[in-house]
Amino acid sequence: MSNLATIPIEYYLVFCSVLFCIGVFGVLIKRNALVILMSIELMINSINLLLAAFSAYTNDPAGQIFVFFIMVVAAAEVAIGLAIVVLIYRTTHSIDIDVLNKLKW
Amino acid sequence: MKLILILIPLLPLLGFLFLGLGFKSIPKKVTSIVGPGTILASFILSIITFIHLTQQAGTQSSLFPHSDVYTLFSWISIGSLDISFSFLIDPLSVLMLLVVTGVGFLIHVYSVGYMKDDPGYNRFFAYMNLFVFFMLLLVMGANYPIMFIGWEGVGLCSYLLIGFWFKNHEYNNAANKAFIMNRIGDLGFLLGMFLLFTTFQSLNYQDIFSQAKGMTSGNGTLVAITLLLFIGAVGKSAQIPLYTWLPDAMAGPTPVSALIHAATMVTAGVYMIARSNILYVLSPATMEIIGITAITTALFAASIAIFQNDIKKILAYSTISQLGYMFAALSIGAFTGAMFHLTTHAFFKALLFLAAGSVIHAIGGGQDIRNMGGLRKKLPKTYWTFLIATLAIAGIPPFSGFFSKDEILSKAFEFNHVTWFALAVGAFMTAFYMFRLFYLTFFRAFRGTEEEKHHLHESPAVMTTPLIVLSVLAAIGGVLNIPVLFGGENWLSGFLAPVFADAMAVKVQPAALSHATEWLLMATTLAGCLVTIFWAWRRYVKQENGLLPDEAKRSLLVQLISKKYYIDELYDFVFVKPSLWCSRYLHQVVELRFIDRIVNGVGQVVIWTGNTVRYVQTGNVGFYMFIMILGIILILFFNILI
Amino acid sequence: MFTEYVFHFLSIMALFSAVMVLASKKPIHSVLFLTMTFFAIAGHYVLLNAQFLAVVHVIVYAGAIMVLFLFTVMLLNLNKDERSLKPMWVKIIAGIAGGMLMLILVGVFREYDVQSAQDPMTTQIGLVKNLGKILYHDYLLPFEMSSVLFLTAMVGAVLLGKKEQI
Repeated sequence: MSNLATIPIEYYLVFCSVLFCIGVFGVLIKRNALVILMSIELMINSINLLLAAFSAYTNDPAGQIFVFFIMVVAAAEVAIGLAIVVLIYRTTHSIDIDVLNKLKW
Repeated sequence: MKLILILIPLLPLLGFLFLGLGFKSIPKKVTSIVGPGTILASFILSIITFIHLTQQAGTQSSLFPHSDVYTLFSWISIGSLDISFSFLIDPLSVLMLLVVTGVGFLIHVYSVGYMKDDPGYNRFFAYMNLFVFFMLLLVMGANYPIMFIGWEGVGLCSYLLIGFWFKNHEYNNAANKAFIMNRIGDLGFLLGMFLLFTTFQSLNYQDIFSQAKGMTSGNGTLVAITLLLFIGAVGKSAQIPLYTWLPDAMAGPTPVSALIHAATMVTAGVYMIARSNILYVLSPATMEIIGITAITTALFAASIAIFQNDIKKILAYSTISQLGYMFAALSIGAFTGAMFHLTTHAFFKALLFLAAGSVIHAIGGGQDIRNMGGLRKKLPKTYWTFLIATLAIAGIPPFSGFFSKDEILSKAFEFNHVTWFALAVGAFMTAFYMFRLFYLTFFRAFRGTEEEKHHLHESPAVMTTPLIVLSVLAAIGGVLNIPVLFGGENWLSGFLAPVFADAMAVKVQPAALSHATEWLLMATTLAGCLVTIFWAWRRYVKQENGLLPDEAKRSLLVQLISKKYYIDELYDFVFVKPSLWCSRYLHQVVELRFIDRIVNGVGQVVIWTGNTVRYVQTGNVGFYMFIMILGIILILFFNILI
Repeated sequence: MFTEYVFHFLSIMALFSAVMVLASKKPIHSVLFLTMTFFAIAGHYVLLNAQFLAVVHVIVYAGAIMVLFLFTVMLLNLNKDERSLKPMWVKIIAGIAGGMLMLILVGVFREYDVQSAQDPMTTQIGLVKNLGKILYHDYLLPFEMSSVLFLTAMVGAVLLGKKEQI
């Protein structure tokens, strides 16, 4: 269990960056609002993991506490976000974000 | 006691709020009660304060507790600057309280009759109450900032009341003139306060005066402070070179001229210097400047008054001249004399103005004394009161002006014979122009139109009663300070002594005059006055063509004086014209060509940019995300670079 | 050595399923791949000695959030195979942008001198007892505030999801 030192923290950094960028990429290319929300979840998770990693490597529990709070916010965000998606679907019969372009100049 | 002190200024303020907010919905009867009523209440409370103060004097071992400061609340507290809203009650402020509320009340009562048919009746009383409030604040404040509030406030009320009939453009100009002239003085006052604070780290009278006591005479900082404060006094009390606003201020209703521009507000400068007596005593250079200014003003204004034809303008110049007397008294360290003259002057000058108002009222608006005459029979009460006031101002015993003027003159003789001579000449001139005014107004045949002659009537009782009360005061006001010479006890000097005690200790006292000299001086001035009065009588009553028309040939000097030395024209040429020209240039070239174009240009650039850039707002969420990611990339990128 | 293998395995699994979230055409498949990612990340938490966090993560994400997503997919009947992707040029630009972001992030992290763990790791901090002490002592107020946040979110979700127009 206590052989963490064999994995350098740089590994976590690279892994989390890649995961985060996948999330970003997803947000950019997808038109489905639902999948965009999922991509955002991916990004949040990569951040969480990085926080936990630093917490473990610096022996400071505060990082893990922050992960809890981020989870709290993420859960609330998903609940509201999905409710909004449902509402959008109900009004436009689509969850394509390109349809939602009424708010412009 | 504290409650009483709060109520003294608060009542007029409440009166102002009531009348000012109620405006037109309040019936005239209510206004007639509330307006003078609040002042009467303040007057009664002032008397209570006065009695309290004198009783305290008896019980305590020291003459007066000079440090009767009542703090209401802490007003400003920043760093070492700590200004509390507090009132100082000492003999000096109580004297002023009595004068302001007492004379103010009589003038309020008079106004009930004088302003009866004016559409702005409520507004008038609201302003008057506000004025009394600020004046009380000015005299009661226990530090310079409070005095400054009052100082600015009375200036504001003066502006409002000079321009009371605001439909007349001339009157508005006069109001502006008064305001701007006062502002020049106020700047001096303000700078003086700043300097006071940097020197003494406080603005309280007590702190400053107790510290100043230990300073050496002629200290440079003190001289600078006193000079700056004196500039403030010059503006407010209409001394050379800032006096020209006062004659123009006669545009306001006559009670205003009586209350503000004769009895109270213009004496604020005198009060301020008397209050700061210790500072002034310690800076002889300033005292000399004050003396020169004051004597010049006294003679200058008196000489102008001789050739004026407007009844109120003559009185205005007379006020300037009398203020010059008070400043002259201050400059020779005769603070008591100045305050005594201030008090008696408040009585007889208010009376003169009110009586003049009664005359104007009787004629129906005309103010030119060349169109008056023979009013003695028609307006008996006005005639008698005016006579008393004129005798008082001319310095005829036993009227009040005699005592106060004599005190100043004898003090001046102790100080310097030239000063005495100049002031005595001023007194003769005063006697002359006052009796010229008096004879032209009340003697010989009426010179106005038939219509005006028909209109002539004595004023109603509500106007004549204050006249009579004031004439009693003007007649017997001298008892306040009857000199030892007449078996009096110099009551006022004793009363005010604690206030000026420190200053008197510092000042070098010249040897007191022997009684014989005093008698001689008195006789000289009295004889001079009587001669000039007799001369005026011969010229304006006996001689058929005593009154020269404007077009008549005059000597160059007379021409010069009758045009008021062309001072207004000079100021117009030196200050007003260049600044107007400068403003016009700035407006047409700098404002229109540069600033306007820059401002409009900025607006147009913003509009153009907005029109162009708004298409970025596509409404497409994906696009926004792109931009956001781009922004993050850029931030991180620059982070690496830097 | 064993842990390193586990780490690589979990990382590859997480990345693969993350890519599949985006690649799959049907939303329901995306959701299922996302669940897989979450489990892989939970494994990472265990590796980091954050056992309690791992458990909570599974409960919250794999349990609650995934169920929400699944319900939404079912509710909207979105399982149609629709054109969910943007045009080709958008994909290229997005690829460039995402790639640049990754490059820069990695570059930043390389630049940053990370101090490696000097201390032998205690296994204690990830336990419920330790976290609970800190959470209920140092972070009590934010903890209580989060309940208010949840309540608000709940009310908001109900209000938004109601059939009738408000």
